[in-house]
Amino acid sequence: MGAPRGIRSPCSRGEPMVAFIVRRLLQSVLVMLTVALVGFALFTYVGDPVNNMVGQDTSLADRERLREELGLNDPFPVQFARFVVNAAQADFGISYRHGRPVEDLLIERAPATLELSFAAGLFALVVGVPMGIYTALNRHGWLSKAFLTVSLIGISLPTFLIGILLILVFSVWLGWLPSFGRGETVQIGWWSTGLLTRDGLVALILPAITLGLFQMTLIMRLVRAEMLEVLRTDYIKFARARGLSARAINFGHALKNTLVPVITITGLQLGSVIAFAIITETVFQWPGMGLLFIQAIEFVDIPVMAAYLVLVAFLFVLINLIVDILYFVVDPRLRVQGGGAGL
Amino acid sequence: MAEPLLSVRDLRVTFPTRRGVLTAVDGVSFDIMPGEILGVVGESGAGKSQTGAAIIGLLEPPGRIASGTIHLEGERIDRLSPDKLRRIRGRRIGAVFQDPLTSLNPLYTIGRQLTETMRTHLDLSEAQARDRAVALLGEVGIPAPADRLDAYPHQFSGGMRQRVVIALALCANPRLIIADEPTTALDVSIQAQITALLKRLCREHDTAVLLITHDMGVIAETADRVAVLYGGRLAEVGPVDAVVNRPLHPYTEGLMACIPTTHDRPPRLAQIEGSMPSLRAMPAGCAFHPRCPHAFNRCVAERPPLFDHPPSAAACWLWAPEGARAAPRERTAS
Repeated sequence: MGAPRGIRSPCSRGEPMVAFIVRRLLQSVLVMLTVALVGFALFTYVGDPVNNMVGQDTSLADRERLREELGLNDPFPVQFARFVVNAAQADFGISYRHGRPVEDLLIERAPATLELSFAAGLFALVVGVPMGIYTALNRHGWLSKAFLTVSLIGISLPTFLIGILLILVFSVWLGWLPSFGRGETVQIGWWSTGLLTRDGLVALILPAITLGLFQMTLIMRLVRAEMLEVLRTDYIKFARARGLSARAINFGHALKNTLVPVITITGLQLGSVIAFAIITETVFQWPGMGLLFIQAIEFVDIPVMAAYLVLVAFLFVLINLIVDILYFVVDPRLRVQGGGAGL
Repeated sequence: MAEPLLSVRDLRVTFPTRRGVLTAVDGVSFDIMPGEILGVVGESGAGKSQTGAAIIGLLEPPGRIASGTIHLEGERIDRLSPDKLRRIRGRRIGAVFQDPLTSLNPLYTIGRQLTETMRTHLDLSEAQARDRAVALLGEVGIPAPADRLDAYPHQFSGGMRQRVVIALALCANPRLIIADEPTTALDVSIQAQITALLKRLCREHDTAVLLITHDMGVIAETADRVAVLYGGRLAEVGPVDAVVNRPLHPYTEGLMACIPTTHDRPPRLAQIEGSMPSLRAMPAGCAFHPRCPHAFNRCVAERPPLFDHPPSAAACWLWAPEGARAAPRERTAS
């Protein structure tokens, strides 16, 4: 039926799933190479790496030797190739500031950011989708209008302001929730989790809401708009004419048809949630990768900055790929496996 | 005569809008007998589809039934609660819509849509419902129905999808099917098949049909009786043979003259001068009088009631028993 709707799957109909995934993988590699180029350019154009490493009293000859040792005199493409090969093996060099391998720092910080991002994403979905459905089904109710008004605030207020307001209300005035940090964490292998202690969970609440609020309002508005559109379609009318219950129509037939664009947006937003965790992590002093990145900028810790850039890009590309594959799961029209078609 | 299955009396459907109340259906009355196929014809905007939607309680807001009554098997259904009406839809009145390409949910297999409908209305297990779905698909002419149960709508052609839609309408063995332009969106070659299928199934299941169409050809082939709508009002109603061959209302007469025939080719296809008035500017008196070749004073001043002229009835002053005119015009059978 291919009705023109806001966001559609990018895959052309009729392309087998495997060919589609291979094509997307190749595109992803291209994107990653471009980002790596930008990350690599940081080393060359933001200050002099040798200056950043050595003290003031190092002689010019020593500097030149170091430069030669580090391969900084090699032609640009050779240096870039070396960077890519190392990056592909998760080797981003040594942090100038911490004097430790960057990948170790990132691995140490990753659980905090990932837990925060997924909690924020989960909050956005679990609250946003039902609110979207509710406002679509009760279009003229006062509660719907209240939701929409509040969502406007969520969309317009910047994240750091929301974070500070929440701290003011819940930490300073009410004293219910901690204003900073991850609370108590438990180490499981290399993964440190705050999800297993009460203290850690409580500490997660405010940052997760802060980070997820924008996505929540976005998802709510998206679900509402898609739902309203689907409810106008012929197959919903026909489902009514078949006497199906309102519940079956709204949640079985209508909701599933709104899922394709919702999956797209939610997936893409998860990438930006991870990327924009920087601000929330700064406000709440959350010991994640974002905070690491902000501190790296302050100290011109270029290996950390480059690694973070590449890592975030990698997460975006990965999530996009997963989203594309999810289309095949939701929409049978994309699952063309020969035969059957056209009787 | 037996009690009618569906009895519509003085149905008025209105749409309150900012610029005044539009009357889409204005005082329409008709009966459908059990197992009968009643064709409803008229131009776009004549109120055909709104009549159908009003019967199954699916008028698009702000449309509503302003007055009149609808009885199904003696039970009044136009004032029922939404939930009670829902239980009638699909169970006692099935529906077939115009476009089979958009009537089916693209994300569910046709088997799931069939069993879902059955299990909503009938006390069946999933396995029983599947068996019944296979039987029903076979009945509507889907080849290898057991294999096709798990196919998605996009894997069927338009004609096949309309067969699935008909199967869905017949799911719970309703006494009446409202078929709104069931063949309009289909290829001409498929149209005849679908019409024949609908006719055969309704005969076998003893299901009555309200067949809404603008295609007189479909009506002539399928219907037992015809109701002609014009400007939201009933112009003429009668047995299909009488309405087609001996139309009473000048509008019906004009409509019949518009049907192209294969023998005696006229140089040009006949057409009725002018166009149907908009709902916002319905003329006083008979709605058809500005286009009517036989209009006289009374037609402009007064709206004609339905005059019985067995076997048909027409809302036209030409057929007033007496007084309106000295003598009704002598009519020639075409």
